[in-house]
Amino acid sequence: MPINYYIFLSIALFVIGITGVLTRRNAIIIFMSIELMLNAVNLMLVAFSKMHHLANAAKDASAGIDGQLFVFFIMVVAAAEVSVGLAIIVMMYRNIHSVDVNFLNRLKH
Amino acid sequence: MRSALDISWLIPIFPLLGFLINGLARKVLSKSLISIVGCGVVLISFILSIWIFLQVKNGNTFVASYFDFISVRSLHIPFAFQIDQLSAIFLLIVTGVGFLIHVYSTSYMREETTDHFGRYFSYLNLFIFSMLLLVMGANYVIMFIGWEGVGLCSYLLIGYWFKNTEYNKAANKAFIMNRIGDLGFLIAIFWIISKVGNTNFADVFASANSFSSSDITVITLLLFIGATGKSAQIPLYTWLPDAMAGPTPVSALIHAATMVTAGIYMIARSNALYSLSELSMNVVAIVGLATSILAATIALKQNDIKKVLAYSTVSQLGYMFLALGVGAYSTGVFHVMTHAFFKALLFLAAGSVIHATGGEQDIRKMGGLNRLKITSITFLIGCIAIAGVPPFSGFFSKDAILLAAFEHNKILYYVALFGAVLTAYYMFRLFFLTFTGKFRGTEEQEHHLHESPPAITIVLVVLAILSIVGGFVGIPEVIMKGGDKLTEFLAPVIPVRVTEPVASSTELSLMALSTALVVVAIIAAWFRFRKYEFKPSKGLGRFLENKWYVDEFYDAIIVKPLDKLGEILNEGLEKSGIDALVNGIGKAVQYGGRQLRWLQSGQVGSYVLLMVVSIVLFFVLQFFLRK
Repeated sequence: MPINYYIFLSIALFVIGITGVLTRRNAIIIFMSIELMLNAVNLMLVAFSKMHHLANAAKDASAGIDGQLFVFFIMVVAAAEVSVGLAIIVMMYRNIHSVDVNFLNRLKH
Repeated sequence: MRSALDISWLIPIFPLLGFLINGLARKVLSKSLISIVGCGVVLISFILSIWIFLQVKNGNTFVASYFDFISVRSLHIPFAFQIDQLSAIFLLIVTGVGFLIHVYSTSYMREETTDHFGRYFSYLNLFIFSMLLLVMGANYVIMFIGWEGVGLCSYLLIGYWFKNTEYNKAANKAFIMNRIGDLGFLIAIFWIISKVGNTNFADVFASANSFSSSDITVITLLLFIGATGKSAQIPLYTWLPDAMAGPTPVSALIHAATMVTAGIYMIARSNALYSLSELSMNVVAIVGLATSILAATIALKQNDIKKVLAYSTVSQLGYMFLALGVGAYSTGVFHVMTHAFFKALLFLAAGSVIHATGGEQDIRKMGGLNRLKITSITFLIGCIAIAGVPPFSGFFSKDAILLAAFEHNKILYYVALFGAVLTAYYMFRLFFLTFTGKFRGTEEQEHHLHESPPAITIVLVVLAILSIVGGFVGIPEVIMKGGDKLTEFLAPVIPVRVTEPVASSTELSLMALSTALVVVAIIAAWFRFRKYEFKPSKGLGRFLENKWYVDEFYDAIIVKPLDKLGEILNEGLEKSGIDALVNGIGKAVQYGGRQLRWLQSGQVGSYVLLMVVSIVLFFVLQFFLRK
C-alpha cells in the first residue's frame, strides 16, 4: 500500500483529535481526543519506519527500526499519562461534580 | 631620640578629649562640670604650650612622625608634628586667647539649656583641636586636616542657634566660601606632591629652588586662594561679616585666635615658596591692601556693633596680607598676635555690651554706656590699640607694616596709611556711639543695664593688659636697640629681610605722621559723633552701608545664573529627559500588561486554542522560512 494512504489516515485522525480538544467540553472526551492525536503520530511513525525498512533492507537489516522503537516509548508515556490524567479527572469530579472543563477557570485568580 | 618636646602631642589631645567628653556626656554632666572640662583641657594645653615655647626659646625644635597617615606605593604622608618658632607662637596665641574665650563663654552662655551648653563647649574644644592640628602639622596634608576642621567648626558654631533660618544661611555661606578657597589649597597640595613626591615642609622648602618659576607661581597663587577663603580676603571675604550670626564669644574665637589667622600662618609657613615668586607676592600685597581699604570703608557705615568689628577684622587681615606680600613675614605674624589680643578684647567687650542691653546689637539704640565701667574702659583700650596710638600694641605692629610697605613701594604706603586713618575713625565712631552721649534704647533696657559678672570682666581686663603690653615684643630698632624680639625669635623659620635700611629720621617721621593722622581721625570722630542723631544716609553713605553691594553683585553674577542653570537642567534634562524616559518605560509596561491581561481568561478552551494556533503558526513559519 502506498505511503499516502497512511499519511491521509494519520492526518484525518490528528485533525479529528484537534477538533475534539478544541470543541468538546467534557474532560474525558478531550482526553480521548488527545489519545487519538498520539495514535495518529504513532501510526505515522510505524508507516515511515516500514517504508524506510523496505527501501534500505538490502544495505542495512535494521534500517528504520528506530521509528518503531519510538512508538513503544510513546505508548508507555501515554499509559502513564492516562493513569495520572484519569486520576485528575476523578478528583475534579469529586470536587465540582462535573467534568466540564469550562468550570475549571479558577486558574486566573 | 628623646627630646623635651616629646610631650607636644599632648597639646591637641586634650581639647580632643574635652570635645569627646562634652559632646558625648552633655546630657549627663552639669553646667559647671561642662565648664570645668571645657576650660580645663584648653588650660592644660596652654600650660603645655608655654612649656613648649620655653623649650623652643632655648633653640630646641623638632619634627616628630607618629605613623603613616597616607601610604600609597611611593607616596608616604606621615602623621607628623613640627614644633618650631612659628608654631610655638601660634600655639600660645591659639591656646591662650582660646582659653580666655572659653572662660568668658562659661558666663556668656549660662542661659542656654544644659545639653546645648555642652554642645557649645564641645564645638569650641573641637575648634581649638583643629587649629592646633593646623599649626602643628609638619606637612601640608596634616595642615589641611586642621584647615578643614576649623572650617567645619566655624560652620557648626555660626549655626549654633540652628532654629533660626538666617543663621543657618550664614553658616552655609561661611562653609561654602571656605570650600571654594579649600579647593585652591587642595590643588596646590596635589601640585606639590607631583613635583616633590611628598608634602613635608622641610622637603618642599628644600627643593623649592629647583621648581620652575611658573610652577612656583601657580602653587603659591593656589595656596593664596586657600588663604583668601579662610582669612576672608577679596573675593571670598563676604562670609566673615555674616559669621556674626554665631554667639559673640565664637566671633571672638573665629576672628582673633583661630580660623582667620590660618591663612596668615600658612603663607608665613610657606615663606620659602613665596619669596621665590615676585608675582605672587605682589598679588598677595595688592589683594590684602584692597581688602583692607574696602572693608574699612564699609565699616564706616555699619550700625551693628558686631558688623563693625567684623569688617575691621577683614581690614586688619588685609594689613597682615600686605605685610606678607611685601616680604615682612614676621611683621605679619606680629600683627596676628597683637590683633588676637585687641580683637578678642573688642569682641568680648561688645559681647558684654550686648549682654548688658539684653541682646541689643544696633549702636543707634545704644549710647551713654560708659556706666558699664570695666566694659567701656577695656573697649576704649581695644579701640586705641587697633587705631595704633603709641604705646599700645596695635601701634607697633601696624607701624611695622606701614614701614615695610614704605620700603617696598611708596604708593602702597600711602594707601595703607589712609586705611589706618579710616580704622581709627570708624573704631572711634563705634566707641563714641556706644559709650558716650545719651542712652537711645528703651526705658526697660536702661533699667536693666548692668556690668557683667566677673568671669567676663576678668577676661576683659586680662585681654586689655595684653593689648597694652603685647606690642613690646616688637619694638622697632630705631626706638630701642634689639627691641624687635619677635623677629629675632622667628629668624630660624622666617629669614630676616635684607632691605636697604630707611634712615632713622625718615622712620621716626613716618611714625609721627601716622600717629598724628590717627589722633586727628579720633578727634574728628569725637566731634562728629559725640551728639549723634540718626539720619538715613544718602549717596555714598548708602553705598557703603550696603557694603558696596558686593553681596548683591555675587548674587547677580554667580548665584542667580547657577540657579537659572539648575532650573533649565531640571526642566529640560531631568523632567522632560530622564524622568520622561523612566516614566515612559513604566507606562509602556503597564499599558502592555493591561492589554495582555485579556489573554489570561482562565478558560482552558481558549488556552488550548491559543496553543494550537501558535503551533500551527510555528509550523507555517518554519515551512516558509526554510531555505
